[in-house]
Amino acid sequence: MCILAMVTIGCGGGSKKEDTSTKPQKTVQLAAAASLEKVFEQQLIPMFNKKHPEIKIQGIYDASGKLQSQIENGLNADLFISAANKQMQALDKKGYMDSASIKPLLENKLVLIVPAKGESNIKEFEDFAKAKYPAIGDPASVPAGQYAREALTSLGIWNHVQPKASLGTNVTQVLNWVGEGSADAGLVYATDAALIKDKVHVVAEAPTGTLKKPVIYPLGILKRAQQQAAAKELAAFLSTEEAMQTFEKYGFARVK
Amino acid sequence: MSDYFDLSPLWISIETAAATIVIVFFLGVLAAWWVERLSSEIVKILVDGIFTLPMVLPPTVAGFFLLVVFGNNRIVGRFFIDNFGIQIAFNWIATVLAAGVISFPLMYRSARGALVQVDKGIMEAGRSLGMTEWRIFWRLHLPNALPGIIAGGLLAFARGLGEFGATAMLAGNIAGKTRTLPLAVYSAVAAGDFDSAGVYVLIIVTICLAVVIGLNYYQHYMKKRMEE
Repeated sequence: MCILAMVTIGCGGGSKKEDTSTKPQKTVQLAAAASLEKVFEQQLIPMFNKKHPEIKIQGIYDASGKLQSQIENGLNADLFISAANKQMQALDKKGYMDSASIKPLLENKLVLIVPAKGESNIKEFEDFAKAKYPAIGDPASVPAGQYAREALTSLGIWNHVQPKASLGTNVTQVLNWVGEGSADAGLVYATDAALIKDKVHVVAEAPTGTLKKPVIYPLGILKRAQQQAAAKELAAFLSTEEAMQTFEKYGFARVK
Repeated sequence: MSDYFDLSPLWISIETAAATIVIVFFLGVLAAWWVERLSSEIVKILVDGIFTLPMVLPPTVAGFFLLVVFGNNRIVGRFFIDNFGIQIAFNWIATVLAAGVISFPLMYRSARGALVQVDKGIMEAGRSLGMTEWRIFWRLHLPNALPGIIAGGLLAFARGLGEFGATAMLAGNIAGKTRTLPLAVYSAVAAGDFDSAGVYVLIIVTICLAVVIGLNYYQHYMKKRMEE
């Protein structure tokens, strides 16, 4: 009985009870593409927390398609950042997004990488056709693979590459193949290459014009977000110079 | 999907499995014979453990070790590149290596079991006749153990056919070169192409079913022969 009374008093007097923070903690649920996990968890979330200690950010990171499904199936995300416009547009059409809040946040570049060890005769993007053991993501299932095929096709070398290419079922597999030296060249995102800087060397970016649409990462706030104001704070922070420089350190590019 | 259905995984799998079973058969039987003849029990147990290990480890662990030994920047891989100009990674030979490592324990254990079961009296008789150990093995021991060894061979063949995790790591996923049936299934499913995946699965199931039924029939037939 005593305990029950204490708990009731404690609950009722919540706003008067002081602990370390002056306001109750708000939790913003962030759903972001897998490639954003490191930069958010290692840098951006701690940076944001220093400025806004009362806002806690909980991030879930996965393939954009999977996140889209989860949001449609009830995931209470406040802020969504996808690795392509496709998923954002799909959610917007179905009415999940606050349309006005959608804006392009980042650009990711498709880059040609070679193993850091040893010599490589591959000096330019077009030299990918010379690779004896090229590796790309499977265009049938991996967005990075689709971009690879698009860029190579527009350069007229897809038919040279395709018969020799090892197809990864995710980009990390391609990255590791090159990192281990099994593949002598690979096409991955700049952000992937940045993950194992010591094992791979970026030779070139996909030349402008080879991709019809650049790889854009849009950001959007969910209509049913429970923490609209806090989510907006986070969105604003991500566009600051400080945040952008951090993104760049991890291989992302600003949207022009 | 393309105009024609890509059957290359079937041919690659068959080539790989065939090459693998030939190598693994001899190595497995030899290893079994050698271990059986070891005098120290402790060494026997240790060596048996090492030979059995690839079978009980997750295939991705086996793949890890394969990569770390045969990868281009690693000891054995580097050796072959520098001295013979041969690259193992991303080449067909890597599929045989992977399948071999995975199926060897099965062959070894079956062979060992089969060799142990042969009546020692037969060998003793050979010794008393002055036969050399090698002749005893070749003429008396092996032929009597053959049914069990062949049974093990069939299982090892099927196991080698099903190798997947280690293959992708070292051999890559190159259509027409290293994409085996299991890799083809995985790629098709990842692409949401369940139709293609289904066809590859049907092919694998048919082959494996044929092997297992063949095995059962063979053992049934051998049993009948023994009873005569």
